[in-house]
Amino acid sequence: MPDAKKFLYVNRKAPYGTIYALESLEVVLIAAAFEQDVSLAFLDDGVFQLTKDQNTDGIGVKNFSPTFRALGDYEVTKLFVEKESLEERGLDPSDLQEITWEDEDADWEEKPSIRIVSRAEMADIMADQDVVLSF
Amino acid sequence: MKFGIVVSEGPYTHQAADTAYHFAKAALDKGHEVPRVFFYHDGVNVSSSLTVPPQDERHIQKNWSTLASENEIDLVVCIAAAQRRGILDENEAKRQGKDAANLAEGFRISGLGQLIEMGIEYDRMVMFGD
Repeated sequence: MPDAKKFLYVNRKAPYGTIYALESLEVVLIAAAFEQDVSLAFLDDGVFQLTKDQNTDGIGVKNFSPTFRALGDYEVTKLFVEKESLEERGLDPSDLQEITWEDEDADWEEKPSIRIVSRAEMADIMADQDVVLSF
Repeated sequence: MKFGIVVSEGPYTHQAADTAYHFAKAALDKGHEVPRVFFYHDGVNVSSSLTVPPQDERHIQKNWSTLASENEIDLVVCIAAAQRRGILDENEAKRQGKDAANLAEGFRISGLGQLIEMGIEYDRMVMFGD
């Protein structure tokens, strides 16, 4: 993909309470079909989107968190999670669901999609993009 | 420079649709191109032809429709976001068995691919939201 652009989808909001997280994921799923270099960033309350064992039975809203595990099949394999945002919310990387992708070039080895990065690293990741969409 | 604009908040509650409008106008005045504006999230509500603000207030939907017709801007409303929020064009209204359509003049309903396309083809994407 020589002329592929780098797209970063920034997720800043909690998964429920507003529709931003769900509609952001809908954009990512469509974007995957355009063969661009796609990354996702999770910061602020956005880190809650990746927590495991979500249960929305009590609020009558669809639990869309399993969809994140399907992103690998769409070749979306870079999910950057900001370390400080986790810590500020009393969360630990072990509170996040396991999301993997199969590396075609390494005999389909399962590799983790989630990468914990510092706030400073996140700034570098953002600066490196062609298109940043913030939700 | 080609600017792609995204409006992601609804009219009147948030200023995003106004700020995007002023940005688009300023960019055009400076000789830049704004080939397309994409309406997402509650931003789709900007395209409702049933909007009737008080007469001494700005009419956000009409502002956009006028700017679009004067500058040939493609105003695209996300179909999934629009259907959730009750924005339908004639075709969709018929297809869904609804008795009315409310997509204002100058707007068209299409998919999220139109948003991604802006990112691929234009020089800058500017998102106006919360």
